[in-house]
Amino acid sequence: MSAALRDGRGRIGLVLLLLVVIAAIAAPLLTGGDPDTPRDVVAMRFLPPLSHDVHGAFHVLGTDRFGRDVWTRLAYGGRISLAVGFLSVLVSVALGTAIGAAAGWWRGWPATALTGFTDFALALPRVVLLLLLAALWRPNAALVILLLGATGWMPVARLVHAEVRSLAARPFVEGATSLGARSRRVLWRHVLPNALTPVTVAAALGVGNAILLEAGLSYLGLGVQPPTPSWGNMIASGRDTLVNAPWVATAPGVMLVMVVVGCTLLGDALRDVAGGRSSVIGRDGL
Amino acid sequence: MLRLIARRALSGVAVVAGVLTLTFLLLHAAPGDPAEQILGPTATEEQLAAGRRALGLDRPLAVQYVSWLSRFGRGDWGTSLATGRPASAMLGRAWPATAKLILLSLLLSYGLGLVVAAIQAARQRTALDTGLSIASVTLVALPGYWLGLMLVAVFTYLLRLLPAFGAAGFDADELHGWARVVDSLRHLALPLATLTLIGIGAAARFARGAMLDALEQPFIVAARAKGLTPARVMRHHVLRHALIPIVTLLGLSLPALFSGAVFIEAVFAWPGVGRVLVEAVQARDYPIVMAATAVSATLVVVGNLAADLVAGFVDPRVRAREEVTA
Repeated sequence: MSAALRDGRGRIGLVLLLLVVIAAIAAPLLTGGDPDTPRDVVAMRFLPPLSHDVHGAFHVLGTDRFGRDVWTRLAYGGRISLAVGFLSVLVSVALGTAIGAAAGWWRGWPATALTGFTDFALALPRVVLLLLLAALWRPNAALVILLLGATGWMPVARLVHAEVRSLAARPFVEGATSLGARSRRVLWRHVLPNALTPVTVAAALGVGNAILLEAGLSYLGLGVQPPTPSWGNMIASGRDTLVNAPWVATAPGVMLVMVVVGCTLLGDALRDVAGGRSSVIGRDGL
Repeated sequence: MLRLIARRALSGVAVVAGVLTLTFLLLHAAPGDPAEQILGPTATEEQLAAGRRALGLDRPLAVQYVSWLSRFGRGDWGTSLATGRPASAMLGRAWPATAKLILLSLLLSYGLGLVVAAIQAARQRTALDTGLSIASVTLVALPGYWLGLMLVAVFTYLLRLLPAFGAAGFDADELHGWARVVDSLRHLALPLATLTLIGIGAAARFARGAMLDALEQPFIVAARAKGLTPARVMRHHVLRHALIPIVTLLGLSLPALFSGAVFIEAVFAWPGVGRVLVEAVQARDYPIVMAATAVSATLVVVGNLAADLVAGFVDPRVRAREEVTA
């Protein structure tokens, strides 16, 4: 990680992410008031950015159609987007590491079955599944995290599988086995810690991807439900007022781009430090 | 080569069947059912039970699955609960629109992405290279549904240049010849631009990496030592070698492109599979959900298969390896 920060891209990526994370965590300190409740709608709706309302309060990004401050909603919405992004990647890394390690370390039909299952799951259209699941169960944020995690572990499993397979042939593994360490201990203490470097790269890219997917589901009305702000449902509500108040839809999109660019730059820097090749891990192209 | 195609096609069929089975099970595991959807919230318990019996929903799950599968296999895809139109007709009209959007965007984004990457590889570590890298990282990060809205704000509302909804104008049936082509191109412009801008970023990022890998190969030194011009080295040696991983990525990016199309069709009301799917999912229109899932899974599988074949065509080594292991 520290080596990745010597890379200019890694530093810029981390700064972008930190800015958004700080804004989200410190939302009550940096913003004025409640993100959800409409206020004095007639006097305060659709105020353009950098304007003062009738009560003298300053709106740096303007207000939406209910007179709510866009910057306040943006900061609070960031809490949900970031939490969903990081936690769902945690779920997929845990699942993918477990499945990939088991398939790569042990031999026999369970390993073959796990590999086959991974390949099959990788071929499933992720967005179609997410749409279905989200529409059928009307999920809250916790369920969205699980859904994204459960449909995103396959690239991690592939990476860990390949790493474990190649590490298993290395002398230090034979050394540990010769010293009498049991198979599970060798995997846990010697192989897995070495296999996790490419996983950090995949995780960095995965966070950006998961945040885009969550926002996409919310945009279609299938994720976080209004009035709770999320960047996706803010874009969706800004869509209806694109003509007279384009700033409502613009701001959350800029935040999304900042986070995803940050994740990508950090991932690139990590990958170069790890000496990996140009990655084929794409995003789900929203 | 034939055996390779057969094996891949077989695993493709397995994936589509798996997706359909999974969707079937999910639909039945979810709360609510089509009878409630059709009869509405005022229906009594008896009416609901009668409705379920009429739809065959009271039978065991396994029986329902087998009977649905055999009807589906024979091409009887049922009718929409929302509109009463046959599912096969709805999807039959939708899939060419999606295929057109995806294929055109694939061609454009890889064509332009390769040009950008070649410029970057030729001008390595200059300000131009850095600038293009920043541009492509930003393009890949753009959410399609947001980029689409921004393009609509600029080109439809601000400049009043291009239409933002649908694949043809309301008066399209009255238009003939050239006017009709222009009308459909104008409607295609914004959705295609949205999908392609993001695609250029992804293609350029990957192609730049592949070309830099190729530039480090010994045969590039040999080609330069022979006195070939830089342009010729780029075209005949670097590009050719870099095409192998790029073509592989082409296949891998098809599912991503399809996912992108789902959102973009929703933004632009493009009459494709993605829009049918989103609307059916929101209305719990089960027959349409199943049919749209089948069509989207098939599009993705066929795309992957095509990419495998093209990879074998571009690189004889891939073909040889597959034949040895087959």
